Amino acid sequence: MLLGLVAMTQTGLLGQYAQTFLCTMGIYMILAASLNLVNGYMGEFSCGHAGFMAVGAYTASIVGVILFVGDENFGPALLPMSLAPLAFPLILATGFAAAALVGLLVAVPSFKTRGDYLAVITLAAGYIVKSALENIEIVGGPRGFMGMKKVVLAIEESLTVPWMLVWIFIGVVLTVWLLRRFVYSTYGKGVMAIHQDEVAAEIMSVNTNHMKLVAFMLSSGLAGLAGGLYAYLIGFVNPASFTILRSTECLVMVYLGGMGSLTGSILAAGIFTILLEFLKPLEQLKWVAIPMLLIVLMQFRPEGLMGNRELSDIFPKLKRFYRFK
Amino acid sequence: MALLEITDLTQRFGGLLAVNEFSVRLEGREMCALIGPNGAGKTTVFNLVSGFYQPTSGSIKIGGVDTRGMKPHQVTSLGVARTFQNIRLWNDMTVLDNIKVSQHYRLGYSLVDSLLRTRRYADREKAIDHEAMELLEFMGMRDLADEVPPNLPYGTQRKVEIARALSIKPKLLLLDEPAAGLPSTDVVELIKLVEWIHKEFDLAIWMIEHQMTVVMSLCQWIKVIDFGATIAEGTPEEIRNNPEVIKAYLGDENI
Repeated sequence: MLLGLVAMTQTGLLGQYAQTFLCTMGIYMILAASLNLVNGYMGEFSCGHAGFMAVGAYTASIVGVILFVGDENFGPALLPMSLAPLAFPLILATGFAAAALVGLLVAVPSFKTRGDYLAVITLAAGYIVKSALENIEIVGGPRGFMGMKKVVLAIEESLTVPWMLVWIFIGVVLTVWLLRRFVYSTYGKGVMAIHQDEVAAEIMSVNTNHMKLVAFMLSSGLAGLAGGLYAYLIGFVNPASFTILRSTECLVMVYLGGMGSLTGSILAAGIFTILLEFLKPLEQLKWVAIPMLLIVLMQFRPEGLMGNRELSDIFPKLKRFYRFK
Repeated sequence: MALLEITDLTQRFGGLLAVNEFSVRLEGREMCALIGPNGAGKTTVFNLVSGFYQPTSGSIKIGGVDTRGMKPHQVTSLGVARTFQNIRLWNDMTVLDNIKVSQHYRLGYSLVDSLLRTRRYADREKAIDHEAMELLEFMGMRDLADEVPPNLPYGTQRKVEIARALSIKPKLLLLDEPAAGLPSTDVVELIKLVEWIHKEFDLAIWMIEHQMTVVMSLCQWIKVIDFGATIAEGTPEEIRNNPEVIKAYLGDENI
């Protein structure tokens, strides 16, 4: 599939517009699938996903600048620009790690609180990240940061393939692969035990604090990965891209697809991106149209498109083509 | 060394004295009961033993280990399993998964193993799966492995919950009102089941129960509490004729 995509771009079948569109879709897929781990599988309500995405985006950008560009704030470049294409996964990994660490911010209060209270804490965490970024002059404050644009341009020059598309594709596959393996192991099912009855989970020897920590860190880390990809796709990051609206988009995708269904999240992210694109003529009004859609969905299919089923539950024959379990 | 040794256990919730200087000693292999009127503090004692509350004062030792400061999952891994008054199975998981997830204390592999699907992961998962199936087979529930609990009758759910508790290979099994909500035919079944478990598994059983048929036919030794304080203890015959117990249950005739 990846080869097919690359071939299509090379032959001109997929124009720049279509590529950007697919990239955006991929980033939304990562965001939706990762949030589903906390909101769907663990049954908590996290609404600060954009905050983790921001941490990943800024970290990846800054690391890129420190390594390859250098400016008055970060000192001279440490490595020649020609290494940038090779170091790109490393840059993304730092985004993942930083966001996972910030995930601790939310995971620790989750030991004692849950439900509505935890939702408020995640909301606050999202705001803390955004406001902090607005006040850090070194990354441009509210104006945003675009130092990594040079890295983007340099990689674009040295590579003929649509590298962003390739990396986002790998990111989506990696996300689904990690999450699937996690939630299908007896270890990861501890997260679902917490969802269904936390008291029983604790008494039946599940270390609930440990599981929450792992789930929050994995989820926020993957959001950070999406953030890093986003930063290098756009070539510019600013705090305004990571507001509550972005977190809400993530929530909408999770609920649209179905809590506890990775296929649902992926599908919903696809549908959601298409909707965003088609509703563009409505401009601001699309933020009336999309929530309306959510209300309609909650009325007529509250469990989401897929409920908690996976594609392989509906078409068991698909299992022949892959073995994740 | 005693299996369970509780000394002067006291628990206050604000102004309420829920448990007052409760002491008990189990050597292992016993079958005994904790009874008392509603609100006497029986479940609080169980919650203290399993680590949900930290006692205001007094100590709980399991196999000689003081459990003060331990989380419930740590107490469980010392070999204490329990069931709940209102069944608390994971309702969206199959019976088999209910048992497998309860093996978290001895998974023997880490997050990284589960993500990379290492050899260790495969071996441990296989062993856990095998042991869980063996237990279900042993308890005659093999054909229920792929059912989810809400599809099972209430009595069977209770049996699954007991099986889940047994799956952690406990030395002490706490049953919180195992007969609650069961029709009388199922109660007879339950008595047989508990007797069988006591014979087949090497463990002590300590139960809270309101139905005297269950307590009197199973337990060698009974402890009675009321308003957090111990008012009597002894064999079923002694308890049956104890005036204090009759007063606690039926009220004081002088009032």
